[in-house]
Formats: sequence, C-alpha cells, structure tokens
Amino acid sequence: MISKRLVEGVDDRLDASSFIARNLKKVFPDHWSFMLGELALYSFILLILTGTFLAMFYVASPDQITYRGPYEPLQGRSVSLAYNSVLHLTFEVRAGLVMRQTHHWSALVFMAAIVAHMLRVFFTGAFRKPREMSWLLGVGLVVSGIGAGFTGYSLPDDLLSGVGLRIAYSIAQSIPFVGNWLASVFFGGEFPGTALLPRLLALHIFIIPLAILGLMSAHLAIVWHQTHTQFKGPDRTNETVTGTPVWPKFALKSVGLGFVTFGVLTLLGGLFQINPVWFYGPYVPYSGPSPSQPDWYAGWLEGLLRLWPNWEFTIFGVTIGELFLPAIVVPGIMFTLLAAWPFLEARFSGDRGWHNFAQKPREAPLRSGLGAAAVALMVVLFLAGSNDVLAKYLQIEVDTFNTVLRWSAFVLPVAAGVATFLVCRDLRDRPRSPIARPEAMTVRRTTAGGFEELHEPRAGAAADDEARAP
Amino acid sequence: MSRPDRVVAGSFVVAILAAFGLFFVYLRGGQTQLEGALLFLTLGGIGVGLLVWAKRLMPQIVDETQSRHHAPVAEQEQQEAAETVMGGVDELKRRTFLSRLLVGAAGALGLAALFPIRSLGQVPGDTPFFTKWKRGSRLVDVGGNVVTTDTLNVDSFTTVFPEGSVGSADSQAVLIKVEPDLLQLPADRAEGAPEGLVCYSKVCTHAGCPLGLYLAADHELRCPCHQSTFNVLNGAKPVYGPAPRPLPQLLIEVDDDGSLVAKGDFTEPVGPAFWNITDGPP
Repeated sequence: MISKRLVEGVDDRLDASSFIARNLKKVFPDHWSFMLGELALYSFILLILTGTFLAMFYVASPDQITYRGPYEPLQGRSVSLAYNSVLHLTFEVRAGLVMRQTHHWSALVFMAAIVAHMLRVFFTGAFRKPREMSWLLGVGLVVSGIGAGFTGYSLPDDLLSGVGLRIAYSIAQSIPFVGNWLASVFFGGEFPGTALLPRLLALHIFIIPLAILGLMSAHLAIVWHQTHTQFKGPDRTNETVTGTPVWPKFALKSVGLGFVTFGVLTLLGGLFQINPVWFYGPYVPYSGPSPSQPDWYAGWLEGLLRLWPNWEFTIFGVTIGELFLPAIVVPGIMFTLLAAWPFLEARFSGDRGWHNFAQKPREAPLRSGLGAAAVALMVVLFLAGSNDVLAKYLQIEVDTFNTVLRWSAFVLPVAAGVATFLVCRDLRDRPRSPIARPEAMTVRRTTAGGFEELHEPRAGAAADDEARAP
Repeated sequence: MSRPDRVVAGSFVVAILAAFGLFFVYLRGGQTQLEGALLFLTLGGIGVGLLVWAKRLMPQIVDETQSRHHAPVAEQEQQEAAETVMGGVDELKRRTFLSRLLVGAAGALGLAALFPIRSLGQVPGDTPFFTKWKRGSRLVDVGGNVVTTDTLNVDSFTTVFPEGSVGSADSQAVLIKVEPDLLQLPADRAEGAPEGLVCYSKVCTHAGCPLGLYLAADHELRCPCHQSTFNVLNGAKPVYGPAPRPLPQLLIEVDDDGSLVAKGDFTEPVGPAFWNITDGPP
C-alpha cells in the first residue's frame, strides 16, 4: 500500500519527489459545474470495462445460422452469427445483459455529460485563450463519441441497426464522384455487403476508443496544467488560482463521484431496458421497424434528414443526391463552426487577452444569445428526429407536425437568441444583481432621537461590481 | 462515532454486503434486475462513503491561492524558443533541392499507402444500375412462393423478389393491387400493371429504407424512416417528404399459368441518387 518507503523508493529511482509534491499540492478551483466533465470521464471508464466484457462474446460475422437459443419467439429463425452472439450474451451468459445494458446506458450518459460540459464551457467563456486547444480536443471528443455510438449500436446486426446502416450507405453514396466507390469498398460490395461487421468492430473497439483515449488524455493533461477557469470573487486574480489542493480531499471527492456514477449506470443497466435487440429481431433488408429512431445524440442528424426539403440537383452533369446537403454538408458546417468558435469570437471581439476568469452568461450577451439560438435549433432538430412518435403522442398528423417544426427551426432560434441577448444585456447593465443581498448598513441613533444611516459597503461588494463590469 | 462517521461506515457496510449479495446472485444463476440493484448499492455505497468522508470528516481547508504557473511567459523566453525552432527549420530549408525532394518522397509514400484501401472491397462497377430482375423472372414472396394474379386482394400489398433471390436487398419490390381504372400510369408503363397489380422498388429513393407502410385509403406508400410518401397510382411520384425521385417501377405481365413475371429490370436504378445515376451504366 501507500507508504513513506514507497514514495522514497519511487523518488530514489525516478527523482520524482518535486513532481509528486507539486502536483499533490496543486489547487483546483471548485464549482459544481466542473463535475460534468468528470461524469464523462467516469462513464468512459465504465464503457471500457463493460465493453471489454462484451468483446469476449461478440462474433463479427454476417454468416447465417438457425437460432436455437432459449428466446422462444426467435427459435427457428435464420439469424447472423453476430446477432446470435448478442442473444447468447443477453440470455445465456450470466451477468451478460446487465453488462450490455450498462454499456449502452454509459454511452448515452457519456455523450450527455460531454454536451452538458460543452455548454458550460461555452456559456462561461471558458474556451477563451489560453484554453482553445482544450475546446478543439473537446469537439474531437464529441465527433468521436458519435462515431463510437453509431458503430456500437450497429454491431448487434438487429433490424433497427440494419436500417441505420442502410441510411449510412445511402449517405456515403450521395458524395459526388467517390460516393459509390467509398460505400462499396467499405461495405464490401452492394448493400448490405459482406465485409462490414469486422470493420465496424475494428472501428468500435480499437480505432475510435484509441482516438477518444488520446483526445481525452491530452484534454486532461491541459486541464491539469492550466487548471480550470474560476468565477470572479474577492482576492481572486487572473494570474492566480484559488481552491483546494488535490490530495487528499479533492481526489477523494472525485473518486467518490466516480463510484456514484458507476453505481447509477449499473442501476440503469440492471433495471431499465435499453436497446432490446431480441425484440427488434434479426436484420433483413426488406423490413424495418416503425418507428425507428437512433440514440439520442444522433437525433439532431436524423431530424435534419426528416425536415430537409427534397432538393436534388444536377451541376455539370453531376447529380447531387438529396442526402448530401443535410447529412454531410450541413453537419460539416455546424461542426466546423463549433470548432472555430473560440477563434471567431477572438477575431470579431478583438479580445486576444489571456483569460482565467469564467464569465457569467450575462457578461457576454451576444455570445449567450447566439449560443441560445444554436441550442434552440438543436432542440428543434432533435424533436424532428422523433417526429412520427411525437405526432402520434400529440395526436396530430406527421405532415402538420413537420410544418410546425420547419417553421420552428427558423423562428425559435431567433426568438431564443434575441430574448437571451436582451435579458443578458439588461442584467449586465444593472449595477447590481436584482437578487443580490441588500447592502449591509449600520444605523445609528442620534442624540436627538432620530436615526441616521452609515453607508459601509459589505466586504467583497467592490469585487462583485468589478466582476459585473462588461 | 459522529454522525458523518456513522454514515460513512454505513455506506461501506452496505457496499460490502451488496458485494456478497452479488456473489450469491451470480452463484444462483444470475438475475439482471438484482445484479443492477446490488451493483448500485456496492458501487454507490463506496462512492457515497468517499464523498461524505471527504466533505464532512476532512478538515475544512481554507481556499488556497497559487500562482498559475503557465502565466504568459517572459517575452525573452518565448523569443528564444521560437529562434531554436526556426533555427532547425532554416537549416533544413537551406538545402532547397533536398528539402523539396524530401517533401516529394513523403507525398509519394502517402499516395502509395492509400492504395491498400482498394483491397478493402470491390469497386462498384455497374452494380448500382442493375438488380437481379431479368425478363421472365417470376415474382415470389418472402417465403419463396410464386405470386399469381389471385394472391392479393384489392388494396393489399406484399413484398416480392425475383425467384431464387429471396431477401435480395436491391431487388426487393412491393406488389400492390388497386382498382385497375384508378391507375394513371404513363402510357409506356400502363401495360406493365395487369389487373391493377402494380409493382415498385421497395427501396426508398431518399435514404434507402424499405418502404414498409401502405396507406390503402390514399393509395400511398410511406417510408417508416423519414416519412417519404409515394402515390402508387401515378407511377410512385413522391407526394410528401424528403424523397426527390419516384420509385422505379417493375413492369410485370401474367404468365400462361397465372403467375406474375417481370418484363425486365426496374425502369430506373433503385435507391437514393448517386453522382452518375443519370449517366447510365459505364
């Protein structure tokens, strides 16, 4: 275990004592919202642990056999070895289902934590210099996370995942000049192809996790080096960081949070059914479940496909398929804007300063307004990704609902953006937050029997005012 | 024991008991819901114990302030680093010819390394333009049974394949029976829908999903993925949704024994558009 001798022994060999002492004493600012990134980290750890277990059982083969396992509704059906291996894991391997469902839930929470973390960083301006690299790495993590999710839920070779792959094939086909070629080469021929599953597996359990691990390590190393931004407060400056040392309290709290995260995810995995592939049935090209939705983090992409008008055009004899814009160009632009945001903001605001203070959203009304508009657009697209289910639930025609969504995609972002901008600007320009405590005041009784007020600003008020300055 | 002490101890005891519970459940053959609940208790117990320990039992540390050691570096240091880097670059650049050759070699290697991508699979060739339907292919259903003029009632539909290729992804088609006089097919296709039996590719021209929904009252096929909707009476022109092009039609005729056979392949390439779809097969 950890002992004085161990530390000395390490130092004797690695000359690490100054490194150890410096890092264990390093202080990190504390704020509840810093937990979001940690949630993503711990979900990823659980993804690796459960995923390793799943990989021991998965068979990446489309070859067909007759299902003879214990799940009666499918007995006698022709299924792929891949689907069969997932059913085997689910129904016959002890602790198999809890591992599989925990893996799926962890992926959903992983992406949710990343998105929440990204919103926190965006609206507090924590991406500004010197933290642009962390932002870029974070955008890389979002993209890798979506890729990991898509390849992951395509592996079981069930009916729902097959439909997703068919759409992916069509999207690849829509790329001018190389589309057919790319799709055919990657899938191993015309859809459904013969070579896909081993390739998806290589992507899902090796290439993408390695990318995530690399991006995450760099992201964390930079955070460790720079420490977080912090909100303004008494005695805090741009050149210093105020908080608690890593060892032991901060570390213990973080590990505690990790275990609670594991606990909640395993509870979800045990009690809440997710991706019941036995219920969808094996993939056959001529059938598709209705309704069919992707996992939540791909919902906005699905929504784009559903709302986009049926534009197909020909330029110099080259047909641009309908999918090319909503599935490739538009998401490409959106991710590019996301990645470029810190640099765009620096360029347009002219602010190239060095920022270690997190901002309140009101301190940057324009950014907050644009952010709110983007969030509103994503929400509309996300809802559009489930338009059939929602329309059924709301008891209106899908076509009517689509019209509402199409208008919303333009109106709501503008409304949310303008409203957020105005509210933030108003809050910024007030001298004091309307909900702040009243100023401390001493009242003195005069000899004449009256009262007089002695104005003495409460401690720290000056710093608050400074913090509120635009 | 103080109250936080008891909470921490209690959490760890719960964690230990739940872990033993997991052994027990596992030995008894496993039970998913119990496993989830016990994992929650054992992992959550450790987590809550650690959190309470850190928050309540460790001395309240007054916030400490440290200098951010990555403060903007001294101008001079930055200059030095830049000069060291550029010194090396300049050294390389001094041999213009050699450095250009090096770039060329790296580029050539990169190109050569791209070629194994081709080994991954076959090039598409003319496959996107054709399916397995040939003149005279008999229509069979998912079970491989031959489809005849009697198979369908008016306003019903079934999925058909060319005989011998049941399940084929690009050859799948829907056969729908409608009142013959409702059909408004283009003149050159009217002969391909005997007795109101009209047959279209089942692959949606939007994103390739199988068209699974037939709205008999409106004579419309709808895609479950993105709600593209096609009117089966007028040649499956898209009437709603993101699909831009009509479904390719399979012209059919009645054979001597009453079975249905194809008059050839679909009228157009099936599925969503690709860049040279209008050029025809290479």
